[in-house]
Amino acid sequence: MSNTTTLEQALSQHKSSLQQLEQVAASYTPKETMVAPSALMPVIEVFYFAAAILFILGLKRMSSPVTARGGIVWAGIGMVLATLITFLHPHTGNYLLITVAIALGSVIAWVSAKRVAMTDMPQMIALYNGMGGGAAAAIAAVELFKGSSHGATAQALAVVGGLIGCVSFSGSGVAFAKLQGWMNKAFTFPKQQWLNLALFVITLIVGGAVIFKGAAAGLTLVTVFFVLALVFGILMTLPIGGADMPVVISLFNALTGLAVAFEGFVLNNAAMIIAGTVVGASGTLLTQLMAKAMNRPISNVLFKSFGKASGEASEEITGSMKEMSANDVASMLSISSQVVIVPGYGMAVAQAQHKVWELTKLLNERDIEVKFAIHPVAGRMPGHMNVLLAEAGVPYDIIFDLDEINEEFPQADVVLVIGANDVVNPAARTDKNSPIYGMPILNVDKAKNVVVIKRGQGTGFSGVENLLFYAENTHMLYGSGQAVVAELIQSVKSM
Amino acid sequence: MIEGFVALYIFMLAAFTGYEVISRVPVILHTPLMSGSNFVHGIVLVGAMVALGQADTTLSQVIGFIGVVLAAGNAVGGYVATERMLDMFKSRKGDQK
Repeated sequence: MSNTTTLEQALSQHKSSLQQLEQVAASYTPKETMVAPSALMPVIEVFYFAAAILFILGLKRMSSPVTARGGIVWAGIGMVLATLITFLHPHTGNYLLITVAIALGSVIAWVSAKRVAMTDMPQMIALYNGMGGGAAAAIAAVELFKGSSHGATAQALAVVGGLIGCVSFSGSGVAFAKLQGWMNKAFTFPKQQWLNLALFVITLIVGGAVIFKGAAAGLTLVTVFFVLALVFGILMTLPIGGADMPVVISLFNALTGLAVAFEGFVLNNAAMIIAGTVVGASGTLLTQLMAKAMNRPISNVLFKSFGKASGEASEEITGSMKEMSANDVASMLSISSQVVIVPGYGMAVAQAQHKVWELTKLLNERDIEVKFAIHPVAGRMPGHMNVLLAEAGVPYDIIFDLDEINEEFPQADVVLVIGANDVVNPAARTDKNSPIYGMPILNVDKAKNVVVIKRGQGTGFSGVENLLFYAENTHMLYGSGQAVVAELIQSVKSM
Repeated sequence: MIEGFVALYIFMLAAFTGYEVISRVPVILHTPLMSGSNFVHGIVLVGAMVALGQADTTLSQVIGFIGVVLAAGNAVGGYVATERMLDMFKSRKGDQK
């Protein structure tokens, strides 16, 4: 009897200690989920490593026209590898949600990217870039709302990445709306820069509070931070004019890269760190190159509305515009030996590039050499015009940029300016009061003859008078680009 | 966690790599290249997937879901746009395509 009681007592003691143990085990959760050991982690790392290499090699190949096509495919393979292997990431659930989200985002982007016209490409790039920034911000939000302690460094990186991501997201949205023509004007009001500065400082302070409070930063504080960052992105982009948009898009591209890199540090993800940083650096360089081509320091683009400072007391315009008929231009073309075509965005809007290429081939058949001269900021983005010409079938080896062709203008018999304006305005060289003074231009006015094809009289995108139109050797040919070039083709054929 | 200075080294080396890789690119490729680098930061998709995969509250699931949709849009849109542009570039000799 007593034996059984002691046995039962011992058993119940064991039971209670087992329960205690279970309770302890249940209450135990690993502090850092990221460092939890998993046999799959090394495999995942290998795939991420391969993806990072493929991205860098792909970008390298994209910097030459011969290998560019292969470059994007390499980078694409890297992306697919990295995405697929991430499904094996430890502590991952919500597979259905992930799959649905990927499918949704992919289909929307695929359809829109396939459909968009080449002239509208810049705003689509802005849009996809903004999506990337938004995604980086979303990662930051998830991590910050979690409220678990990351350590001060990771918390700070999450906040900074979130801020940059938000600015890039909402700013790119505004850039898209402007280029798409939904928002035509640069939106300015007095003391705007001060308001923006104040907002920026407040956002920084709130962000600082989130970092300082760490895991204790509540839902409200984090939400306020993100809302402030989004609003700042909008207000920062609103006053920037359409002509400066390429620089801004490029800047946001670099910023998104940085945001991705920072969130990569938070998530301990090497592929994100490397790819994000590479884009951040290359994007910064690209932004500098573009700003240089427009002769506008980046600070000017961001903080000064275009053409505000000047506009009065411009150089006196002498001479008058002289008109010429398509027939006369055609005969001038057919007796020349060197022709340079300077296309501008106006040509692309008129969809005249196919006709221009037809004219080029026609002149080539008559042993007339034709070259294309492209200003770095022709089109809506540096290199945009090259894409538009490539679409029409113009081979890239007869297309030259500013530095390559400027010496050759004096030898050119005829220069055909189609839909370009500010980039051929000699006022940029001579008139100190002109808002475009100092911008590198194509020295079209040095050619023997210049023919400007234009819809009508009037100023270009920037609203600046063009001295070239009044020059002695310049003739104007009015009409819509496509119709005029078609006429030229007919006239040349009949000669 | 990739700690302190190691993280800084990765950051610095990747930054120089990015700068060098782009530094000799001709103007004619600026737009496709910007689109291409835009595609590369679509790698944010991987992070968004991890964030959504570990989300356990409704709020974080919603934000994570939006994040993955946006990231997938970035990656796929960037790829298709870049490929379409680069597809058109050809030289005089390579006219046959």
